[in-house]
Amino acid sequence: MSSKILELKNVSKIYGNLKALADINLSVNAGDWLSIMGPSGSGKTTMINIIGCMDTPSTGSVILDGVDISRENAGSLTRIRRDKIGLIFQQFHLISYLTAVENVMVAQYYHSMPDEEEAMEALAKVGLADRARHLPAQLSGGEQQRVCIARALINSPQILLGDEPTGNLDEENEGIVVDIFRRLHDEGVTIIIVTHDPEVGDVAQRKIILEHGKVVGDIDQSATFGEALKLKGKGE
Amino acid sequence: MFWRMITKTLIRQKGKMFMIAFTVILGVSLSTAMMNVMLGVGDKVNRELKVYGANITVRHKDAALMGDLYGLTEGQGVNDKFLHEEDILKLKSIFWGFNILDFAPMLDGTARLEGVGDVSVVGTWPEKHAVLSTGEDLHTGLKSLRTWWEISGEWLTEDDNNAVMIGHLLASQNNIHAGDDIVLNGKTFRVKGIYNDGGQADGKILMTLPAVQELTNLPGKVSSIEVSALTTPDNDLARKAAQDPRSLSPDEYETWYCTAYVSAICHQIQEVIRDGVAKPVRQVAESEGTILNKTTLLMILITILSSIGSALAISNLITASVIERSQELGLLKALGAYNWQIAALVLVEVMMTGLIGGILGYFLGIGFAQIIGQTVFGSYIEIARMVILIVAVILFLVTLAGSIPAIRYLMALKPTEVLHGK
Repeated sequence: MSSKILELKNVSKIYGNLKALADINLSVNAGDWLSIMGPSGSGKTTMINIIGCMDTPSTGSVILDGVDISRENAGSLTRIRRDKIGLIFQQFHLISYLTAVENVMVAQYYHSMPDEEEAMEALAKVGLADRARHLPAQLSGGEQQRVCIARALINSPQILLGDEPTGNLDEENEGIVVDIFRRLHDEGVTIIIVTHDPEVGDVAQRKIILEHGKVVGDIDQSATFGEALKLKGKGE
Repeated sequence: MFWRMITKTLIRQKGKMFMIAFTVILGVSLSTAMMNVMLGVGDKVNRELKVYGANITVRHKDAALMGDLYGLTEGQGVNDKFLHEEDILKLKSIFWGFNILDFAPMLDGTARLEGVGDVSVVGTWPEKHAVLSTGEDLHTGLKSLRTWWEISGEWLTEDDNNAVMIGHLLASQNNIHAGDDIVLNGKTFRVKGIYNDGGQADGKILMTLPAVQELTNLPGKVSSIEVSALTTPDNDLARKAAQDPRSLSPDEYETWYCTAYVSAICHQIQEVIRDGVAKPVRQVAESEGTILNKTTLLMILITILSSIGSALAISNLITASVIERSQELGLLKALGAYNWQIAALVLVEVMMTGLIGGILGYFLGIGFAQIIGQTVFGSYIEIARMVILIVAVILFLVTLAGSIPAIRYLMALKPTEVLHGK
């Protein structure tokens, strides 16, 4: 049986009068592929921020690789994020004046030491070896997102965290990115992605549905998001 | 990677970096110019002030004592006490001899002017050319100490032992003009010029020293020596030494002796002029010090204000730059960069830009200093090497101070706010 890599215990996040997350309990095993779906304002991004060590919960605890990160200070969270988390963004967030390979090397630089050869290998893994010397503006959206994935993977993180990773991609590039996730999952990488797209979400082995900051559905690969939402509707 | 990011950022933000460099150039050039002028202005201002005459007089110690005790400037005990003419050139041999700019002996006497009666005569070196024992050519004399005199006719020369200059008061009262002949103690002299001093000298006759020594039968004697010296404004040490140099500790004495305080120069003059007492013409010396101190203060104020102005301008430019790059800097934080690493990135960018601006500004400032030197003082301003160090420190502090708001902003920057738009 796989070991537990992440556990959220009674996690809440409160902004003034708004409860973005309400008493969330969730555990993720190493090598899991988890999709989080939900309407806008359901708390998906807040959850990603907390798991990604970019925010802390108001209450509850977050155990990442056996360490409670919910009360860590900003410096510790930066170190944990750097060592254990790979981040993929909807807007890619590549540095515009650095080439593809340099964008990957930036993550290496802040983790340990830049290694161009290793960065080139990471780009080759996402099929971009021949585009390594191009600036982001010279790459398509799909290519930029693949650079972003290569950057997220370069330091061998324990969790790959994606916030709408296909949200800005066309169907073809969406397929390419999903295939990369599939391959990474087969290699044992733990993947957690937030998505609006049921087709992308359904590829994951486990799906979480969030509404108003609460987990209202937790289903395995045998069911789709559509079926889960129907069941949820009947249950209500 | 660090330098690759720095280089590419500098190239990408060349417009903003140019503005920062330009601000630094302006600030540094002004500071460099002001400090070079400030450090060089002491001698310049002093030289300018020297046109207003001597700042030290040397008299026989007994004559000086009568003056101190009874306020006497003539009469028995004053007029019959003399210094030795042969000692005068030794003035250039003292430790601060280089600061002795000009000097002239004065021998006071009276002579009978035919048709008028007894008049005061003063013997001096109108001009003096000599070669010192060091091989140095000496050109001095009263002409250099009385640059404000209005002359009708000509100045006496070194060898004009049969000519005189007459103060305009005496000349006008007796209808004497340049070119006339007058008879003094039965000997005829040509009036070479009429001078207007604006003081007591206007009622006297000026002659060469040998001529008066002959008239008064005082060969080799002088009554006093007027000295114009470049001096450093007095401070507490100088004032303490002026009271009594023996009250100084050995270290204090060495510092005082090796600084061009007027009291130190007077002390050294007394060491070479037998029976002489050198005293500063206090009013002139103090005016010089006051003007010099105020000029220096003005330069320092301009330097401080220009530095503050630069810091504010740099602050605005850097803050604008950091806000514009907040997404990129937030991303670096998300990727695992610590606050100090991002602060270092921004600071190095700014410091490099500042360094380039500082180097350009320094050379521009030297140019400004020379323009000021030529325009105000009519001479070249010597470049002080220590200004490089001072400007470097100011540049570092100004750039650092200007970066503080931007650094505070990026310290508080949360990746979640810029990466998700929340």
